[in-house]
Amino acid sequence: MKIPLSRIAHTRSGDKGDIANIGVIAWRPHYYPILLREVTPARVKSYFGEMVAGGVDRFELPSLHAVNLLLHHALGGGGTVSLRTDAQGKTLGAALLALEIEIDERELTD
Amino acid sequence: MIRIANGQGFWGDWLEAPVRLIDDGPIDYLTLDYLAEVTMSILQKQRQQDPELGYARDFPPLIGRIARRLRDHHIKVVANAGGVNPTACARAVLKAAPGLKVAVVLGDDILPRIDEFLAKGHQMRNIDTGEPISTIREHILSANAYIGAFPLAEALATGADVVISGRCADAALVLAPMIDRFGWGSDDYDKLAAGIVAGHIIECGGQCSGGNCQVDWQNIPDLANIGYPIVEAEADGSFAVTKHPGTGGRIDSHGVKEQLLYEIGDPRQYMTPDCIADFTSLHLEDTGPDRVRGSGVCGGPRPAMLKASISYHAGWKASGTLVYSWPNAIEKARVADRITRERLDQLGLHFDEIYTEYFGVNACHGPAAHPVADPTEVQVRISVRGPDKRAVDRFTREMIPLVLTGPPGGTGYGEGRPEVRQIVAYWPALIPREEIQTRVEVVA
Repeated sequence: MKIPLSRIAHTRSGDKGDIANIGVIAWRPHYYPILLREVTPARVKSYFGEMVAGGVDRFELPSLHAVNLLLHHALGGGGTVSLRTDAQGKTLGAALLALEIEIDERELTD
Repeated sequence: MIRIANGQGFWGDWLEAPVRLIDDGPIDYLTLDYLAEVTMSILQKQRQQDPELGYARDFPPLIGRIARRLRDHHIKVVANAGGVNPTACARAVLKAAPGLKVAVVLGDDILPRIDEFLAKGHQMRNIDTGEPISTIREHILSANAYIGAFPLAEALATGADVVISGRCADAALVLAPMIDRFGWGSDDYDKLAAGIVAGHIIECGGQCSGGNCQVDWQNIPDLANIGYPIVEAEADGSFAVTKHPGTGGRIDSHGVKEQLLYEIGDPRQYMTPDCIADFTSLHLEDTGPDRVRGSGVCGGPRPAMLKASISYHAGWKASGTLVYSWPNAIEKARVADRITRERLDQLGLHFDEIYTEYFGVNACHGPAAHPVADPTEVQVRISVRGPDKRAVDRFTREMIPLVLTGPPGGTGYGEGRPEVRQIVAYWPALIPREEIQTRVEVVA
Protein backbone atom coordinates (compact mmCIF):
# COMPACT_ATOMS: atom_id res chain seq x y z
CA MET A 1 0.00 0.00 0.00
CA LYS A 2 1.03 3.62 -0.52
CA ILE A 3 1.15 5.99 2.45
CA PRO A 4 2.63 9.44 3.06
CA LEU A 5 5.97 9.57 4.89
CA SER A 6 4.23 11.34 7.79
CA ARG A 7 2.72 7.98 8.85
CA ILE A 8 6.12 6.55 9.74
CA ALA A 9 8.37 9.57 10.38
CA HIS A 10 8.62 13.20 11.42
CA THR A 11 11.07 15.82 10.19
CA ARG A 12 12.84 19.07 10.94
CA SER A 13 14.71 21.15 8.38
CA GLY A 14 17.14 24.04 8.30
CA ASP A 15 20.09 25.47 6.39
CA LYS A 16 23.85 25.66 6.13
CA GLY A 17 24.52 28.23 3.46
CA ASP A 18 22.95 26.99 0.23
CA ILE A 19 22.50 23.48 1.65
CA ALA A 20 19.16 22.50 3.15
CA ASN A 21 19.21 19.75 5.75
CA ILE A 22 16.22 17.59 6.60
CA GLY A 23 16.35 15.32 9.63
CA VAL A 24 13.92 12.41 9.18
CA ILE A 25 13.08 10.48 12.35
CA ALA A 26 11.16 7.20 12.42
CA TRP A 27 8.18 7.19 14.76
CA ARG A 28 9.05 3.63 15.78
CA PRO A 29 12.33 1.68 15.66
CA HIS A 30 10.95 -0.89 13.21
CA TYR A 31 10.11 1.89 10.74
CA TYR A 32 13.79 2.78 10.42
CA PRO A 33 14.58 0.08 7.80
CA ILE A 34 11.58 1.36 5.82
CA LEU A 35 13.08 4.87 5.91
CA LEU A 36 16.33 3.48 4.54
CA ARG A 37 14.49 1.61 1.82
CA GLU A 38 12.10 4.37 0.76
CA VAL A 39 13.69 7.77 1.50
CA THR A 40 16.60 7.42 -0.89
CA PRO A 41 18.67 10.37 -2.12
CA ALA A 42 17.41 9.77 -5.67
CA ARG A 43 13.76 9.88 -4.61
CA VAL A 44 14.26 13.01 -2.51
CA LYS A 45 16.06 14.75 -5.37
CA SER A 46 13.29 13.95 -7.82
CA TYR A 47 10.58 14.88 -5.26
CA PHE A 48 11.87 18.45 -4.97
CA GLY A 49 12.58 18.72 -8.70
CA GLU A 50 14.18 21.92 -9.95
CA MET A 51 14.26 23.33 -6.40
CA VAL A 52 17.39 21.24 -5.68
CA ALA A 53 20.07 22.23 -8.18
CA GLY A 54 22.74 19.95 -6.66
CA GLY A 55 22.82 16.43 -5.34
CA VAL A 56 21.30 14.85 -2.24
CA ASP A 57 23.38 13.08 0.42
CA ARG A 58 21.97 10.81 3.10
CA PHE A 59 23.59 10.00 6.45
CA GLU A 60 22.31 7.23 8.71
CA LEU A 61 21.83 7.35 12.50
CA PRO A 62 20.79 3.76 13.29
CA SER A 63 20.86 4.16 17.08
CA LEU A 64 18.41 7.08 16.82
CA HIS A 65 16.33 5.52 14.00
CA ALA A 66 16.84 8.59 11.85
CA VAL A 67 18.53 9.81 8.68
CA ASN A 68 19.93 13.23 7.82
CA LEU A 69 19.43 14.47 4.28
CA LEU A 70 21.58 17.19 2.75
CA LEU A 71 20.08 18.93 -0.30
CA HIS A 72 22.84 20.80 -2.10
CA HIS A 73 22.18 24.10 -3.86
CA ALA A 74 18.60 23.92 -2.69
CA LEU A 75 18.06 27.40 -1.26
CA GLY A 76 18.52 29.77 -4.19
CA GLY A 77 21.98 30.83 -3.01
CA GLY A 78 21.16 30.54 0.68
CA GLY A 79 21.30 32.97 3.58
CA THR A 80 20.95 36.62 2.67
CA VAL A 81 21.58 36.04 -1.07
CA SER A 82 18.49 33.91 -1.58
CA LEU A 83 15.36 35.65 -2.83
CA ARG A 84 13.11 32.96 -1.47
CA THR A 85 10.72 33.58 1.39
CA ASP A 86 11.90 30.31 2.92
CA ALA A 87 15.57 31.07 2.38
CA GLN A 88 16.49 28.89 5.35
CA GLY A 89 14.54 25.84 4.19
CA LYS A 90 12.41 25.77 7.33
CA THR A 91 9.40 24.31 5.48
CA LEU A 92 11.18 21.68 3.38
CA GLY A 93 10.90 19.06 6.14
CA ALA A 94 7.13 19.54 6.16
CA ALA A 95 7.07 19.29 2.36
CA LEU A 96 8.78 15.90 2.54
CA LEU A 97 6.02 14.52 4.83
CA ALA A 98 3.86 14.02 1.75
CA LEU A 99 6.43 11.81 0.04
CA GLU A 100 4.56 8.69 -1.01
CA ILE A 101 6.15 5.50 0.24
CA GLU A 102 5.39 1.87 -0.48
CA ILE A 103 4.80 -0.25 2.59
CA ASP A 104 3.46 -3.69 3.38
CA GLU A 105 0.36 -3.35 5.53
CA ARG A 106 1.89 -5.76 8.06
CA GLU A 107 4.81 -3.36 8.56
CA LEU A 108 2.46 -0.64 9.74
CA THR A 109 1.46 -0.53 13.41
CA ASP A 110 -0.33 2.38 15.00
CA MET B 1 25.80 17.96 38.67
CA ILE B 2 25.46 21.43 37.19
CA ARG B 3 22.42 22.99 35.56
CA ILE B 4 23.04 24.92 32.36
CA ALA B 5 20.07 26.67 30.76
CA ASN B 6 19.94 28.32 27.36
CA GLY B 7 17.72 31.39 27.21
CA GLN B 8 18.23 32.64 23.64
CA GLY B 9 18.50 30.67 20.41
CA PHE B 10 19.23 33.67 18.22
CA TRP B 11 19.20 37.44 18.45
CA GLY B 12 15.54 38.36 18.39
CA ASP B 13 14.42 35.32 20.40
CA TRP B 14 11.79 35.61 23.15
CA LEU B 15 12.92 38.32 25.58
CA GLU B 16 11.12 36.80 28.58
CA ALA B 17 12.81 33.39 28.29
CA PRO B 18 16.08 34.14 30.15
CA VAL B 19 14.23 36.01 32.89
CA ARG B 20 11.86 33.10 33.44
CA LEU B 21 14.73 30.58 33.47
CA ILE B 22 16.12 32.46 36.45
CA ASP B 23 12.76 33.03 38.18
CA ASP B 24 11.12 29.62 37.73
CA GLY B 25 13.69 27.27 39.27
CA PRO B 26 17.34 26.57 40.02
CA ILE B 27 20.09 26.96 37.43
CA ASP B 28 23.85 27.45 37.75
CA TYR B 29 24.68 28.84 34.32
CA LEU B 30 22.64 30.84 31.82
CA THR B 31 23.85 30.70 28.23
CA LEU B 32 22.59 33.01 25.51
CA ASP B 33 23.23 32.31 21.84
CA TYR B 34 22.75 35.47 19.82
CA LEU B 35 24.70 34.77 16.65
CA ALA B 36 23.22 33.08 13.62
CA GLU B 37 25.35 33.00 10.49
CA VAL B 38 23.71 36.10 9.06
CA THR B 39 23.82 37.99 12.36
CA MET B 40 27.52 38.90 12.16
CA SER B 41 26.89 40.80 8.94
CA ILE B 42 24.01 42.74 10.51
CA LEU B 43 26.20 43.63 13.49
CA GLN B 44 29.01 44.68 11.20
CA LYS B 45 26.66 47.09 9.43
CA GLN B 46 25.69 48.59 12.78
CA ARG B 47 29.31 49.01 13.83
CA GLN B 48 30.03 50.79 10.54
CA GLN B 49 27.43 53.35 11.53
CA ASP B 50 28.51 53.65 15.18
CA PRO B 51 31.87 52.32 16.51
CA GLU B 52 30.29 51.69 19.94
CA LEU B 53 27.76 49.25 18.43
CA GLY B 54 28.12 45.87 16.73
CA TYR B 55 26.92 43.66 19.57
CA ALA B 56 23.54 42.23 20.58
CA ARG B 57 21.85 45.32 21.94
CA ASP B 58 19.20 43.32 23.80
CA PHE B 59 21.89 41.87 26.05
CA PRO B 60 22.95 44.79 28.34
CA PRO B 61 19.36 45.70 29.32
CA LEU B 62 18.64 42.01 29.98
CA ILE B 63 21.63 41.77 32.33
CA GLY B 64 20.49 44.98 34.01
CA ARG B 65 17.08 43.39 34.54
CA ILE B 66 18.40 40.14 36.06
CA ALA B 67 21.62 41.38 37.74
CA ARG B 68 20.31 41.17 41.27
CA ARG B 69 19.05 37.63 40.86
CA LEU B 70 22.31 36.58 39.18
CA ARG B 71 24.17 37.76 42.26
CA ASP B 72 21.71 36.34 44.80
CA HIS B 73 21.66 32.89 43.21
CA HIS B 74 25.32 32.81 42.06
CA ILE B 75 24.31 32.27 38.43
CA LYS B 76 26.97 32.83 35.77
CA VAL B 77 26.12 34.05 32.27
CA VAL B 78 27.97 32.91 29.14
CA ALA B 79 26.91 34.69 25.96
CA ASN B 80 28.22 35.36 22.46
CA ALA B 81 26.46 38.73 22.66
CA GLY B 82 29.72 40.51 21.84
CA GLY B 83 29.21 40.08 18.11
CA VAL B 84 31.89 42.08 16.33
CA ASN B 85 32.49 44.34 19.35
CA PRO B 86 32.68 42.38 22.66
CA THR B 87 34.50 45.13 24.57
CA ALA B 88 31.84 47.73 23.76
CA CYS B 89 29.23 45.15 24.79
CA ALA B 90 31.01 44.66 28.14
CA ARG B 91 31.08 48.41 28.74
CA ALA B 92 27.34 48.60 28.08
CA VAL B 93 26.73 45.68 30.46
CA LEU B 94 28.70 47.39 33.23
CA LYS B 95 26.67 50.54 32.67
CA ALA B 96 23.42 48.57 32.95
CA ALA B 97 24.59 46.39 35.86
CA PRO B 98 27.33 48.11 37.88
CA GLY B 99 29.17 45.82 40.28
CA LEU B 100 29.10 42.66 38.16
CA LYS B 101 32.42 41.21 37.08
CA VAL B 102 32.51 40.99 33.28
CA ALA B 103 35.11 39.14 31.21
CA VAL B 104 35.45 39.21 27.43
CA VAL B 105 37.05 36.68 25.11
CA LEU B 106 38.89 38.35 22.24
CA GLY B 107 40.80 37.09 19.25
CA ASP B 108 38.05 35.82 16.96
CA ASP B 109 38.10 38.97 14.83
CA ILE B 110 40.38 38.31 11.85
CA LEU B 111 39.20 41.13 9.58
CA PRO B 112 42.47 43.10 9.97
CA ARG B 113 44.49 39.96 9.20
CA ILE B 114 43.05 38.81 5.87
CA ASP B 115 45.98 40.13 3.80
CA GLU B 116 48.46 38.64 6.27
CA PHE B 117 46.77 35.25 5.87
CA LEU B 118 46.74 35.56 2.08
CA ALA B 119 50.45 36.44 2.09
CA LYS B 120 51.09 33.29 4.13
CA GLY B 121 49.29 31.24 1.49
CA HIS B 122 46.03 30.62 3.35
CA GLN B 123 43.53 30.84 0.52
CA MET B 124 40.46 30.66 2.74
CA ARG B 125 38.51 28.96 -0.01
CA ASN B 126 34.75 28.93 0.34
CA ILE B 127 33.94 25.58 1.98
CA ASP B 128 30.82 25.20 -0.16
CA THR B 129 32.04 26.38 -3.57
CA GLY B 130 35.84 25.99 -3.42
CA GLU B 131 36.44 29.53 -4.70
CA PRO B 132 39.48 31.36 -3.23
CA ILE B 133 38.72 34.38 -1.08
CA SER B 134 40.65 36.63 -3.47
CA THR B 135 37.50 36.70 -5.65
CA ILE B 136 35.67 38.72 -2.96
CA ARG B 137 38.64 40.34 -1.17
CA GLU B 138 37.54 43.92 -1.94
CA HIS B 139 34.02 43.29 -0.66
CA ILE B 140 34.75 41.72 2.74
CA LEU B 141 32.84 43.36 5.60
CA SER B 142 33.58 41.06 8.55
CA ALA B 143 35.71 38.02 9.26
CA ASN B 144 35.66 35.97 12.46
CA ALA B 145 37.10 32.63 13.46
CA TYR B 146 34.86 30.30 15.43
CA ILE B 147 36.49 29.91 18.81
CA GLY B 148 35.81 27.01 21.14
CA ALA B 149 34.84 26.41 24.75
CA PHE B 150 38.29 26.49 26.35
CA PRO B 151 38.78 30.29 26.14
CA LEU B 152 35.22 30.71 27.48
CA ALA B 153 36.08 28.38 30.39
CA GLU B 154 39.24 30.40 30.99
CA ALA B 155 37.07 33.52 31.26
CA LEU B 156 34.75 31.74 33.73
CA ALA B 157 37.83 30.81 35.77
CA THR B 158 38.53 34.52 36.39
CA GLY B 159 35.43 34.46 38.62
CA ALA B 160 33.48 36.61 36.17
CA ASP B 161 29.71 36.80 36.60
CA VAL B 162 29.25 37.47 32.89
CA VAL B 163 31.40 36.09 30.07
CA ILE B 164 31.01 37.75 26.68
CA SER B 165 32.48 36.41 23.45
CA GLY B 166 32.23 37.25 19.79
CA ARG B 167 31.95 34.47 17.24
CA CYS B 168 32.19 31.13 19.00
CA ALA B 169 30.77 27.74 18.20
CA ASP B 170 27.19 27.86 19.49
CA ALA B 171 27.46 24.64 21.47
CA ALA B 172 30.72 25.86 23.07
CA LEU B 173 28.64 28.21 25.25
CA VAL B 174 27.18 25.14 26.97
CA LEU B 175 30.40 23.09 27.00
CA ALA B 176 32.40 25.89 28.66
CA PRO B 177 30.74 25.63 32.11
CA MET B 178 31.34 21.85 32.09
CA ILE B 179 35.05 22.37 31.37
CA ASP B 180 35.21 25.04 34.07
CA ARG B 181 33.43 22.99 36.70
CA PHE B 182 34.58 19.42 35.89
CA GLY B 183 38.14 20.26 34.86
CA TRP B 184 37.93 18.36 31.56
CA GLY B 185 41.10 18.48 29.45
CA SER B 186 41.55 19.00 25.73
CA ASP B 187 42.03 15.23 25.25
CA ASP B 188 38.87 14.19 27.12
CA TYR B 189 37.34 13.65 23.69
CA ASP B 190 34.25 11.68 24.71
CA LYS B 191 33.33 14.11 27.48
CA LEU B 192 33.90 17.16 25.29
CA ALA B 193 31.80 15.57 22.56
CA ALA B 194 29.04 14.86 25.10
CA GLY B 195 29.07 18.52 26.13
CA ILE B 196 28.87 19.55 22.49
CA VAL B 197 25.91 17.23 21.87
CA ALA B 198 24.15 18.62 24.95
CA GLY B 199 24.97 22.13 23.75
CA HIS B 200 23.65 21.45 20.26
CA ILE B 201 20.41 20.12 21.75
CA ILE B 202 19.69 23.32 23.72
CA GLU B 203 21.42 25.95 21.56
CA CYS B 204 18.17 26.84 19.77
CA GLY B 205 16.30 27.37 23.05
CA GLY B 206 12.60 26.51 22.83
CA GLN B 207 13.15 24.49 19.67
CA CYS B 208 13.99 21.46 21.85
CA SER B 209 11.22 21.96 24.40
CA GLY B 210 8.19 21.96 22.11
CA GLY B 211 8.73 24.88 19.75
CA ASN B 212 8.75 24.20 15.98
CA CYS B 213 8.11 20.57 16.83
CA GLN B 214 6.05 18.19 14.67
CA VAL B 215 5.52 15.62 17.42
CA ASP B 216 1.75 15.75 18.13
CA TRP B 217 2.17 19.51 18.04
CA GLN B 218 -1.48 20.35 18.58
CA ASN B 219 -1.27 18.78 22.03
CA ILE B 220 1.98 20.32 23.25
CA PRO B 221 0.90 22.07 26.46
CA ASP B 222 0.90 25.83 26.94
CA LEU B 223 3.37 27.02 24.29
CA ALA B 224 2.56 30.57 25.41
CA ASN B 225 4.56 29.83 28.56
CA ILE B 226 7.14 27.51 26.99
CA GLY B 227 9.94 26.53 29.35
CA TYR B 228 13.38 26.87 27.79
CA PRO B 229 15.70 23.88 28.05
CA ILE B 230 18.09 23.04 30.86
CA VAL B 231 20.95 20.54 30.66
CA GLU B 232 21.82 18.76 33.91
CA ALA B 233 25.41 17.81 33.21
CA GLU B 234 27.37 15.16 35.08
CA ALA B 235 31.14 14.98 35.41
CA ASP B 236 31.20 11.68 33.47
CA GLY B 237 29.71 13.32 30.38
CA SER B 238 26.18 12.00 30.73
CA PHE B 239 23.41 14.55 30.90
CA ALA B 240 19.68 15.09 31.16
CA VAL B 241 17.67 17.59 29.13
CA THR B 242 14.76 19.04 31.07
CA LYS B 243 12.90 22.27 31.88
CA HIS B 244 11.50 23.90 34.98
CA PRO B 245 8.36 22.21 36.42
CA GLY B 246 5.14 24.06 35.68
CA THR B 247 6.36 25.66 32.47
CA GLY B 248 4.78 25.03 29.07
CA GLY B 249 6.11 23.02 26.18
CA ARG B 250 7.32 19.43 26.21
CA ILE B 251 10.63 17.61 26.29
CA ASP B 252 10.73 14.04 25.02
CA SER B 253 13.17 11.95 23.02
CA HIS B 254 11.36 12.51 19.72
CA GLY B 255 11.51 16.28 20.10
CA VAL B 256 15.15 16.10 21.19
CA LYS B 257 15.95 14.04 18.07
CA GLU B 258 14.39 16.71 15.86
CA GLN B 259 16.71 19.29 17.39
CA LEU B 260 19.72 16.97 17.35
CA LEU B 261 19.40 16.67 13.56
CA TYR B 262 18.77 20.38 13.05
CA GLU B 263 21.28 22.11 10.77
CA ILE B 264 23.93 19.41 10.86
CA GLY B 265 25.97 17.73 8.13
CA ASP B 266 27.63 14.35 8.65
CA PRO B 267 26.39 13.22 12.08
CA ARG B 268 29.47 11.06 12.63
CA GLN B 269 31.73 14.07 12.27
CA TYR B 270 30.18 17.12 13.87
CA MET B 271 33.15 19.46 13.74
CA THR B 272 33.76 21.94 16.52
CA PRO B 273 36.84 23.85 17.64
CA ASP B 274 37.15 21.56 20.69
CA CYS B 275 36.50 18.07 19.33
CA ILE B 276 34.74 16.07 16.64
CA ALA B 277 31.48 14.67 18.02
CA ASP B 278 29.84 11.48 16.79
CA PHE B 279 26.09 12.08 17.08
CA THR B 280 25.38 8.50 16.08
CA SER B 281 26.90 7.28 19.36
CA LEU B 282 24.31 9.10 21.47
CA HIS B 283 21.87 7.00 23.45
CA LEU B 284 18.65 8.80 24.38
CA GLU B 285 16.15 7.64 26.96
CA ASP B 286 12.90 9.13 28.25
CA THR B 287 13.43 8.95 32.02
CA GLY B 288 10.46 10.97 33.26
CA PRO B 289 8.02 13.70 32.36
CA ASP B 290 9.88 16.38 30.36
CA ARG B 291 13.15 14.61 30.99
CA VAL B 292 15.45 12.90 28.47
CA ARG B 293 18.77 11.33 29.41
CA GLY B 294 21.69 11.37 27.00
CA SER B 295 24.74 9.11 27.34
CA GLY B 296 27.34 7.11 25.45
CA VAL B 297 28.64 9.94 23.29
CA CYS B 298 32.00 9.36 21.60
CA GLY B 299 34.32 12.00 20.24
CA GLY B 300 37.64 12.49 18.54
CA PRO B 301 40.47 15.03 18.60
CA ARG B 302 39.82 18.62 17.62
CA PRO B 303 40.39 19.46 13.94
CA ALA B 304 43.61 21.17 12.81
CA MET B 305 41.64 23.94 11.13
CA LEU B 306 39.18 26.39 12.62
CA LYS B 307 36.12 27.50 10.71
CA ALA B 308 35.88 31.17 9.86
CA SER B 309 32.71 33.13 9.22
CA ILE B 310 33.32 35.86 6.65
CA SER B 311 30.71 38.29 5.34
CA TYR B 312 30.94 40.36 2.17
CA HIS B 313 28.94 42.82 0.13
CA ALA B 314 27.20 40.88 -2.64
CA GLY B 315 24.91 43.45 -4.26
CA TRP B 316 21.38 44.67 -3.65
CA LYS B 317 17.95 43.16 -3.51
CA ALA B 318 14.28 44.05 -3.11
CA SER B 319 10.99 42.17 -2.89
CA GLY B 320 7.51 43.48 -3.65
CA THR B 321 4.13 41.85 -3.10
CA LEU B 322 0.58 42.25 -4.38
CA VAL B 323 -2.57 40.30 -3.54
CA TYR B 324 -5.17 39.08 -6.05
CA SER B 325 -8.51 37.50 -5.13
CA TRP B 326 -10.97 35.05 -6.67
CA PRO B 327 -11.95 34.57 -9.44
CA ASN B 328 -8.84 33.47 -11.31
CA ALA B 329 -6.52 34.56 -8.50
CA ILE B 330 -3.57 32.46 -9.67
CA GLU B 331 -3.95 33.60 -13.28
CA LYS B 332 -4.09 37.26 -12.24
CA ALA B 333 -0.96 36.88 -10.13
CA ARG B 334 0.88 35.20 -13.00
CA VAL B 335 -0.14 37.97 -15.41
CA ALA B 336 1.11 40.60 -12.92
CA ASP B 337 4.46 38.82 -12.86
CA ARG B 338 4.63 38.63 -16.68
CA ILE B 339 3.83 42.34 -17.04
CA THR B 340 6.43 43.32 -14.44
CA ARG B 341 9.14 41.29 -16.17
CA GLU B 342 8.21 42.79 -19.56
CA ARG B 343 8.43 46.33 -18.19
CA LEU B 344 11.80 45.65 -16.50
CA ASP B 345 13.03 44.25 -19.79
CA GLN B 346 11.86 47.33 -21.71
CA LEU B 347 13.70 49.54 -19.23
CA GLY B 348 16.87 47.63 -20.10
CA LEU B 349 17.42 46.67 -16.46
CA HIS B 350 19.58 43.65 -15.80
CA PHE B 351 19.58 41.57 -12.65
CA ASP B 352 21.45 38.51 -11.45
CA GLU B 353 18.09 36.96 -10.68
CA ILE B 354 14.37 37.71 -10.82
CA TYR B 355 12.40 35.30 -8.66
CA THR B 356 8.64 35.02 -8.29
CA GLU B 357 6.65 33.19 -5.64
CA TYR B 358 2.90 32.66 -5.27
CA PHE B 359 1.75 32.50 -1.64
CA GLY B 360 -1.18 30.17 -1.28
CA VAL B 361 0.12 28.11 -4.20
CA ASN B 362 3.75 27.02 -3.99
CA ALA B 363 5.95 29.65 -2.30
CA CYS B 364 7.25 27.35 0.42
CA HIS B 365 7.23 23.85 -1.06
CA GLY B 366 8.00 24.72 -4.70
CA PRO B 367 7.63 21.79 -7.08
CA ALA B 368 6.73 19.56 -4.09
CA ALA B 369 3.59 21.59 -3.31
CA HIS B 370 0.34 19.75 -3.92
CA PRO B 371 -1.80 21.35 -6.64
CA VAL B 372 -4.29 24.02 -5.58
CA ALA B 373 -7.30 24.30 -7.88
CA ASP B 374 -8.96 27.64 -7.26
CA PRO B 375 -7.66 29.53 -4.22
CA THR B 376 -9.73 32.38 -2.88
CA GLU B 377 -6.68 34.64 -2.88
CA VAL B 378 -3.04 34.57 -3.89
CA GLN B 379 -0.14 36.85 -3.01
CA VAL B 380 2.51 37.30 -5.67
CA ARG B 381 5.99 38.21 -4.44
CA ILE B 382 8.52 39.34 -7.02
CA SER B 383 12.16 39.72 -5.95
CA VAL B 384 15.26 40.90 -7.78
CA ARG B 385 18.94 41.04 -6.94
CA GLY B 386 21.96 42.42 -8.71
CA PRO B 387 25.09 44.55 -8.42
CA ASP B 388 23.43 47.82 -9.60
CA LYS B 389 21.59 49.56 -6.77
CA ARG B 390 19.84 51.94 -9.20
CA ALA B 391 18.37 49.05 -11.15
CA VAL B 392 17.04 47.46 -7.96
CA ASP B 393 15.62 50.82 -6.88
CA ARG B 394 13.88 51.23 -10.25
CA PHE B 395 12.31 47.80 -9.81
CA THR B 396 10.74 48.91 -6.51
CA ARG B 397 8.71 51.48 -8.47
CA GLU B 398 7.22 48.87 -10.80
CA MET B 399 4.95 46.95 -8.42
CA ILE B 400 2.28 49.36 -7.21
CA PRO B 401 1.44 50.78 -10.67
CA LEU B 402 0.12 47.29 -11.49
CA VAL B 403 -2.88 48.03 -9.27
CA LEU B 404 -4.19 50.46 -11.91
CA THR B 405 -2.50 49.05 -15.00
CA GLY B 406 -2.60 45.25 -14.56
CA PRO B 407 -5.12 42.51 -13.88
CA PRO B 408 -8.30 43.46 -11.97
CA GLY B 409 -8.50 43.66 -8.21
CA GLY B 410 -4.85 44.04 -7.19
CA THR B 411 -4.50 45.02 -3.52
CA GLY B 412 -2.25 44.62 -0.49
CA TYR B 413 0.14 47.44 -1.42
CA GLY B 414 -0.53 49.38 1.81
CA GLU B 415 3.05 49.29 3.06
CA GLY B 416 4.22 51.21 0.04
CA ARG B 417 7.24 50.81 -2.16
CA PRO B 418 9.55 47.87 -1.35
CA GLU B 419 12.81 48.65 0.40
CA VAL B 420 16.19 48.21 -1.32
CA ARG B 421 18.41 46.06 0.91
CA GLN B 422 22.12 45.41 0.80
CA ILE B 423 23.04 41.76 0.39
CA VAL B 424 25.70 40.86 2.92
CA ALA B 425 26.62 37.31 2.02
CA TYR B 426 28.28 34.58 4.05
CA TRP B 427 31.62 32.98 3.14
CA PRO B 428 32.56 29.96 5.26
CA ALA B 429 36.27 29.14 5.17
CA LEU B 430 39.00 27.38 7.14
CA ILE B 431 42.05 28.85 8.85
CA PRO B 432 44.87 26.97 10.63
CA ARG B 433 44.22 26.87 14.36
CA GLU B 434 47.66 28.19 15.27
CA GLU B 435 46.85 31.50 13.55
CA ILE B 436 44.16 32.27 16.11
CA GLN B 437 45.26 33.37 19.58
CA THR B 438 42.45 34.15 21.98
CA ARG B 439 42.83 36.19 25.11
CA VAL B 440 40.62 36.92 28.09
CA GLU B 441 40.22 40.40 29.54
CA VAL B 442 38.31 41.43 32.61
CA VAL B 443 36.59 44.72 31.80
CA ALA B 444 36.33 47.17 34.65
